[in-house]
Parts: sequence; C-alpha cells; structure tokens
Amino acid sequence: MIPLSWYMALAAILFCIGVCGFLTRRNVIIMFLSIELMLNGVNLNLVALSHFMDSVRGQAFTFFIITVAAAEAAIGLGIAIALYRSRRSVHVDTINHLKG
Amino acid sequence: MFLQFFFGYCALMIIASGILAISLRNPVHSVLMVLVLFFHMAGLYLTLNAEFLAAVQIIVYAGAILVLYLFVLFLVSLREELHLDAFVPGAWLGRIIAVGLAVGLLYVIPAFTLGEKGTWSVSAIRELTHTKALGQELYSAYLLPFEIAGLILLVALIGGLVLARREEVPLPGADADPSPEHKEVAR
Repeated sequence: MIPLSWYMALAAILFCIGVCGFLTRRNVIIMFLSIELMLNGVNLNLVALSHFMDSVRGQAFTFFIITVAAAEAAIGLGIAIALYRSRRSVHVDTINHLKG
Repeated sequence: MFLQFFFGYCALMIIASGILAISLRNPVHSVLMVLVLFFHMAGLYLTLNAEFLAAVQIIVYAGAILVLYLFVLFLVSLREELHLDAFVPGAWLGRIIAVGLAVGLLYVIPAFTLGEKGTWSVSAIRELTHTKALGQELYSAYLLPFEIAGLILLVALIGGLVLARREEVPLPGADADPSPEHKEVAR
C-alpha cells in the first residue's frame, strides 16, 4: 500500500515544475504546456485524496478539470495562432513600407 | 512491494520528463516529453483504482490536447517562435521561486490530516466498477456542473472557430462593395 503523502509530495513537485516552466520560459506554447503540468499535479492530488477518503468527489472534480483544460487549450492555442498571424502581417506591412 | 516499485518508476519518469519538458529548447521535444508524462500519470491513476480517469487521461490529454499542441507548433513555424516577456526578471528568480514553493509545500504535507471518510469505499467501487460509480455520482450530485461543463466545451468550440477564422480579404474587382481599407489601397 502506498502512503498518501507520497502522492501528495509527487503532486507538489509536479506543480512546482509547472510553476518553474511558466516563470522561466518565454515561448507562449511552452507556457501553456506548463499550465497543463500544474493542472496535472492538482489532478493527481485530487484523485489520491478521493481514493484515500473513500469518496468519488475528487475524481468528479478531476473530470471537470480535464474538461476545462481542454477548453483552455483550444482557446489559448487559438489566441496563439491569432497572435502569430497578426505579428506576421505586421511584418509584411513593414516590408511594404520599405518598398515604398 | 510491486505497487511501490511501480509508483517509484512512475514518479521518477514523471519528474524527469517534466523537468526535461520545461528545459528542452525544441518545443516539439517538450510536447513529446509531456506525452510520456501523461502516460505515466495514467499509470498512477491505475494504482489509485481510477481506471476511468486513466482512460480519460490517455484519450483526452494524450490523444486530443497534445495533438492540438503539436498541430499549433507545426503551424506556427519553429524558427520564429512566439515570445512574450517573462513575468519575472531573469530565469534564476523564477527557478528560486519554484524551488521555494516546492520546499514550502513539501514542508507542510506531514501536517495534513484526512477528514471523515465518504461512502465509496474501494470494495464498493470495485463491486459497481469505477465507471459506473463515477457516472452515478456525476449524474446525480453533479448534474448541474456536468451541464455547465458541456456549455464550456461549446464556448471553447465557438471561440476556437472565431479565433482561427481567417480575415476576409476582398479580391480586387470581385465584390461590388469594397471595404474602406480596400479603397485606401486602391487610391
């Protein structure tokens, strides 16, 4: 039997890895990926707690967190594409200006 | 004994692939490392008797979300990455904040005590199978949040479509009512 504290320690470490990636990386997509890591740390904590407390509540929460993470990934990556497109179009504009 | 070895293996792989994911330079390698991490996370869910969540983890996270990330990575060309200014000045301050947070969290974990036990013991879940138990809970106690989750997915779908839509560029001479920008260009 694995003690609960092992799961909680692993979840805390995973969450902090996500925090570190979010604070240190500057690539937008890797920052989103770090948020996913943090959400996974929280999920692991919830599932472990619901297992050790004989309840399904934490697992229902995990289910909703996965839903929200999927929505967040779709919207965030859509924003990333829009950002990329607008920057590239700005780039093309400057090229036009240079051509006169 | 086997369970503890399995947990150790999964924990080691999760920590190693997590650190690699945030430190590798190539974003595609990062996404693949996160894929490894998600598979081992599903293994840990199996040790917690949460088979349905393990399956959802692999299908939704590894199958859908990471594929979305890979598509966007290939769409946004790798040479000119999207960069934002970091939230903290300097990478080392971010690392120090993260390590401090980890030390603080690990320090307070032994003080945690479990609350009172619920009604879904392991044997009860095994008797009913995990999917059925979770479904019963979702459709009775969490019916309204479940509907809201569906609404959130709908909002994400529409939002993704609106965000990814290409701006309409009127073809020269093709439409009778050119937009103001088009007139500007024509002049």
